[in-house]
Formats: sequence, C-alpha cells, structure tokens
Amino acid sequence: MSERVVITGMGIICPLGHDVETAWQRILACESGVAKTTIFDASTFPTTFSSEVKDYDFSKYTKNPKLHKYCNRGSGFAIGAAAQACKQAGIEIDTEEPADGIDRNRLGIYFGAGEGSVDNDVFFNAIAAGWNSGENKMDWDKWAKVAFGQMSPMLELEQESNMPAGHIAMLTAARGPTRSCLTACAAGTQAVGEATMLIRSGQADIMLAGGVHSMIHPLGLTGFNRLTALSTRNDSPTTASRPFSASRDGFVLGEGAAIVILELLSSAKKRGVKILAEIIGYGSSSDAFRVTDMHESGRGAIGAITAALTDAGIDKEQIDYINTHGTSTAENDSIETKAIKGVFKENAKNIPVSSVKGALGHLIGAAGAAELITCICAIRDNTIPPTANLNDSDPQLDLDYVPNKPRKAELNTVINESFGFGGQNNVVIIKRYKSQSPER
Amino acid sequence: MSSTGVVITGFGAVSPLGLTADEMWDGLCSSKCGIKKIEAFDPIGFSCQLAGQISPDFKVRNFIPKTHRKAVKMMSRDIELAIAAANEAITSSGLITKGIDPEKVNVDSRRMAINIGAGLISCDLVELAPAVAASVTDGKFDIRKWGKDGLGLVTPLWLLKYLPNMLACHIGIIHDIQGPSNTITCAEAAGHLAIAEATSVINRGWADIALAGGAEAKVNPIVMIRQCLLKRATSQSNDEPDSACRPFDVAATGSVFGEAAGIVVLENAEYAARRGAKIYAEIAGCGQSNNINPAYEHLEPDGKGIQIAIEKAMSQANISAEDLDLIIPHGTAIAADDSAEATAIEAALGKAAEKIPVFPTKSMLSNTGAAAGALDIVAAICAMKDGKIPAAKNCDKKAKYCNLNILQKPIEKNIRYVLCCSYTYGGQTAAIVLKNPNT
Repeated sequence: MSERVVITGMGIICPLGHDVETAWQRILACESGVAKTTIFDASTFPTTFSSEVKDYDFSKYTKNPKLHKYCNRGSGFAIGAAAQACKQAGIEIDTEEPADGIDRNRLGIYFGAGEGSVDNDVFFNAIAAGWNSGENKMDWDKWAKVAFGQMSPMLELEQESNMPAGHIAMLTAARGPTRSCLTACAAGTQAVGEATMLIRSGQADIMLAGGVHSMIHPLGLTGFNRLTALSTRNDSPTTASRPFSASRDGFVLGEGAAIVILELLSSAKKRGVKILAEIIGYGSSSDAFRVTDMHESGRGAIGAITAALTDAGIDKEQIDYINTHGTSTAENDSIETKAIKGVFKENAKNIPVSSVKGALGHLIGAAGAAELITCICAIRDNTIPPTANLNDSDPQLDLDYVPNKPRKAELNTVINESFGFGGQNNVVIIKRYKSQSPER
Repeated sequence: MSSTGVVITGFGAVSPLGLTADEMWDGLCSSKCGIKKIEAFDPIGFSCQLAGQISPDFKVRNFIPKTHRKAVKMMSRDIELAIAAANEAITSSGLITKGIDPEKVNVDSRRMAINIGAGLISCDLVELAPAVAASVTDGKFDIRKWGKDGLGLVTPLWLLKYLPNMLACHIGIIHDIQGPSNTITCAEAAGHLAIAEATSVINRGWADIALAGGAEAKVNPIVMIRQCLLKRATSQSNDEPDSACRPFDVAATGSVFGEAAGIVVLENAEYAARRGAKIYAEIAGCGQSNNINPAYEHLEPDGKGIQIAIEKAMSQANISAEDLDLIIPHGTAIAADDSAEATAIEAALGKAAEKIPVFPTKSMLSNTGAAAGALDIVAAICAMKDGKIPAAKNCDKKAKYCNLNILQKPIEKNIRYVLCCSYTYGGQTAAIVLKNPNT
C-alpha cells in the first residue's frame, strides 16, 4: 500500500485566460478561445484560425526574466503556469535559498512538452538560398552561409522539448526527478500519471506536473493541415471546434501550459496547505495498430481506462463524470464513445461526458493537464463543464455529452482521458479529497 | 535479488561502430573510431565537419516484417534506427513477438511496455526544399505563397515522421506491444531516463517485459549547425577524425555528434527466471536530478545535479563506491562539462573515485544524443559479460581537473557493478547502476 497523492496547486496559461478562475468561468460559459491566427500570417493556409494564448508576457511572473530571455512560447507559458501553481501550494520561486521548508532534492518536475517552433525566417530562407531547383539538389555551402549568419545559438537550443522543464528547474530550484515526455496529445496526462508514480514510489514528495506546448507555427499548421486533421471552418472559427457533433470536421489547434502540484498526502498535511483533490488512479496503454488511426474497436482507450480503474481500486459505478479527449475529429469522437461504452456497458449512457475542447481548442501536449484542471474545478464546484458548439447531435453518438450549458451535479470521482497520435493512451482518475478515505 | 526486481535479458545497438551490439563492442575493444567526415550532406561551410555515422549498409527493410513495409515512408531515420535496435534486442532475449514470428508468439502483448528516449527530430531539408522554393517572392520566403502553393507539395503524412513518440509507436505496432508506452524527450539524458522509467513500470507490476532505450539521428544539417553555433562541436580537428573527440583529455576541444540507437529488454526478475531467460544484468539503482545553471547550455561547474543523481542511484543499489568496478561517464569532450562531471563523480564517490576504472565511449561512438545513454548501458553489459574493460581512446594526457582513473590499457577483471551517467543542456541528469548477475 503506498501513500495517497493529492493536488495542492494549479496554474494555467491558455487561450481562455491566464489564470484558472478566468479560464474555468469562460469554459462554463462556452466562450471560444478560437480566432484568426495572428502569430504568423496563416491567411492562405487551409485553416486560417487557431486557439492562441493572447496578450501574454511571462516576465511578470518571475523576478528574473533575464534568466529566461531566450525561452520559446511554450517555456514562457510554463513559467506563468508554474508560478501560479507554486504560489497556491506555498512553494517559493525565484530564489536559490528558499525558506518554504521544502527539500529541493524531493521536489521534481514532469512535463509533457513539445518542441519549440523553428526560427522561421532563417529556417526557410536558408533552404531557399541553398536549393538549386534546376539540379534538384541542395548547395549546402550556400545554405550554411545563411544559417550560420542568421541563426541564434540560444534560440536554436530553446527548440528542444526538454527546455520547459529546464526553465522551471531554474525557477523553482528543484533538484528532484525531472523528466519530459512527448506522447503527442496524451503527453500532459501521461506526465501527471508518471509524476504520481514517482511520488508513490518514494522518489519525490512534491512534483510540478503538467503539459506545455505550442504547435501554432508554420510547420505545425502545415503538418496537421496535410494530415487533414484540422477543422477548415474558416468562415466560423468560434464554432469550428464542435466535439461529438454530426458536423464536426477536425480539431482546432491550440497552445498553452497547465501545471499542477502533486504532493504526498503527509507532506501536504505537514505543510498545512489546502488540498484541492486527490489523484487515485492512472492507466496507460498502446493501440499497437497504426500510426495514422486509432484501433476501430477502441481497444487502446478501453485498456487505459480499465487500467486506471484497477489502479484506483474502485468500481466503475463510482464514476460521476468523464472529461473526454473529445477532439472534434470524426474518428476520435466516435471511437472514444465506443470505448466508453465498452468499459461502462449499459451504464455508459447514465454518465455525463463532455469535452472542453469545444471552447478551448486542442492544446496538444498541454491538453490533458489543462483538462485535468477543469476536472478539479468541476469537483470543487459540483459543476460539469459543457461541450460547446454541440447543436447537431451525431445519430451514431448516443452518450450524455452535456451540450452547451454547464450542469450542476454532485461530483466525487472523475475520469480524465487523453489519446495521442500513434496510439498512446493515458487516463487519470481524480477524487474529491476526504481526509477519512482509506489508505491506498 | 536486485533492489528494483528488474533484469536485462536482451540488448541491441546500431551505432557508428557497426549494425549490431557485438560489432559495437568489438569496435570499442579494438579502439576503433566511428567518427568520420560527414557524408550525409556536404559539410562545407560547417565549423565541425565530422560525425559518427552508421554504415551505408544499413537498410531498415531488413528489420521490418512485410506487413509493416508500407509504413517505411512514414519513418525518419531516428525511427529506422530504433526499429533495428529493438529487433536485435528482442531476438537476443529469446522472446518471440508478432514482429519476430507471428506463428510462435510467446509473450502477452498487454503485459509488454515500451519507453524510448527520442530527440528533437529535425526534418529532412531536401524533402522540404521544393515546397520552400515554390514559396519565394523576390528571393525571400513568402509565408502566404507557402500556404497557397508550397504547403500542398509537402507529402500528406509528413508530420508523422517527425513526432518523437513515433519511435515507440512503430516498434509497438511491429511487435504488438499494448501495455504502457512513453517517449522521454530529455535530449542526452533520455536513454537513461527511459530505462529508469520502464524499470519502474515493471517494478509497479504494470508489465512483465519492457523495451527501453533511446535513438537519435543527429547527422542532419540543422542539428549539426546547432551544435556548431553553441560551440559544443569541435572545430579544431576536421582533418583528424580519429583523434577529434577527447573526453577528459587536456587537449579536448569539443564534442562530435552522431547517430545511433540502443535498446534493451527489461524483465521482471521472477518472470525472466521462470522462462529460463539468460540474464545479462540487473538494474540495481536509478537516480536523477537537475543541473541548475543560468548558463544552461553547460553544466553548473560543480556538477551538483550529476552528483545527486549518482548518490540516489547508489543509494537505491545499496552499495558503496568500493563495489563499483567500472564507471561509464557521459564524457562529451566539452572541457567545461567534463570538468563538472569529473568533479561530481569525485564528490559522490569520495576517495574511491580515484581507483575505479573509467571508460568514456564518445571518443569512438560520438555523442549520439538520446541514444548515448542506452549505448553506454549496452557497453556496460558487454563489459560485465566478457569481464573486460577496453582502454579509453584519445585521453592521452588527463586534463588538470581530472583525478579519475581513465584507463590507458584494457584490463580483464570480474566486474560486479557498473555506474553509467548522463546529463544534458537544459538540466536533466541521470545515473544508473547495473549489477552483474554472477556477482
């Protein structure tokens, strides 16, 4: 029996706000974070809109912005989210000699984090300068002249996906286990799950865990557009993300960072910090089917949900709400529905399930962690966040998707699901914290 | 019984020293150097023109069952290398997966996990070039033209080649691995961290078997130029590839980067014993931490993050420094980083550190990023198996900061425990202690 792991802080930088309360209220109101893409000129792309973080400046969240001056968009979001989460959990930042009583060797970091954008102008111009169209080959000398002349060493380094974890280590002085993973759209949930395991196995007392990603860059948008994974509803960006609707035509690319503080129960009690919820289960599986498609039976998703229920040691009847992956793609929403039915059988229709991606868009590596935060708020407020833009139900999809309006309900135990491109599936179960719950 | 309850029962490596783990080990034992002038592209104009490259004989098709051949067009080189190393690792373990022989499968797919360390996969610039060339106005890249004309020239499944999780996904599909799957993206520390996490997945009872390791193909102009710009790659030895990479040597001028994959089969010790598997090593301890350095492209000078990782791994292994018979350090040949690592090893292991044989591998294998730590684990297994430690290459005169026992001559001895270390820019550090099963 290992000791319980609880959540004692949360922070978010997302398209619907730069703090948890703002984002939560706007999700409940079905506001949309989606608009015309402004980070670069996407006006001629098949998809011209995205769900961007707006008017954000990381430097107001740290006393040492210079230390992070080269950081990419994702790392910048991580600084804001981490600063909020640390503040709530009473973890000091911006100091090498913290006086918060937390042993830094027992404080770790686990992010699902993606690559930073290439330095676009020089990246593309160097290729253009080097390419000999007549001979169909690259003149590397010409390429290197532009690249060496214009590339910034630090901006290049910052593209590595381990950098957000590095910046947050500098911010918090953490010396415990630190990892970064990237399992596409499932990374944020996997990071939270594996961080929980690091605490349970005694390797850390406190972990900053979550997701950090921005793929709203020319190559990211190109890649997803070529895969035809994105909605192309250019005439109506705010209604483009419409999970579980009959007219869904793809997901909406978003960005952001969401970080929670996971803590050993005894540590949280000793420090006297407020406990927001408890992590009771984590499950992980792979489809092992195709890199392009989910297995049509939903076996990977079923495996992950089942594993999480087993890990939590609870009956599936105890689940009050499922926060779905619900991407608004034809494939995900129908196979995820099938998987939920596969696990919960005839009771599936009685469990409210919703996707906050209708409002928020798809934050890719950060999605699972952002959605976990909505689960924590849902339990706190006994309120199920709605699926936005669900006006035409898909006759094939027959669960209770909580369309367009939040719903009051007593919520104690909630599932958060994330499934990644390539077939990596991760599920976390959280529960309202009650001090008398049995030891695991 | 090891402290993690996890053993290594198979291993594979594709490296600049050969297409198999045996070839790599033979090369290391005979002081061969896998570093040569870059052939993948013309490196004229690059300050470092050297790399650790894999033999042109490498063909991924030799490692892929017919049913998965169509997927080859979705594979970057990183993915190809990982598939080959995984194939060797599984074959050497005696396990039969769907990818080895679908008629004779002897594993439960749902009880198998995978965790592969991967790097930032940089795209093939030549593949993108025609699309870029179609998007130029007045000699400059024009994003509007790209959206209109260039984008459509990019192959539809392009993105899938470059998602780091695809290494684990392709291997998982080929060998039907349906248990937990993860991709650690901690650059040069990724190989060790993936092995550490897979060990804990088995330890917590979620799998009986796990494939773990790392792969990265760094011989790409974008990757190489990054290392040149950061001045991590040596610019002094373009005419002398054999002696270019000099870990802990007084004349070290920087690292040389390369491509490789290293993967091991981890198993629950009892499960492995029940099936009568040959056990090559036990995972005795894993540790990890962070460097914290405002100049985060390098280690902090006292290497404290590495020191903590080593201390944690030694503590989990429950051994003292005197029990170690070999240390394989990260040793990149970047003087400031080698100095920090040597300081950290001494601080963690005390006086014993002066005596324990130290064998850096990058002078021969180059720095292969996410694969590096996994290759070192494979070298450690081979050293224990053969009871021998090769001589270090290119450490002719130890740098002043270095009090470690870097071997000038090969030695033969019973190796009880091996310590492997790694770290990366950005901060993550890792250490793994392996135990000889015959100790």
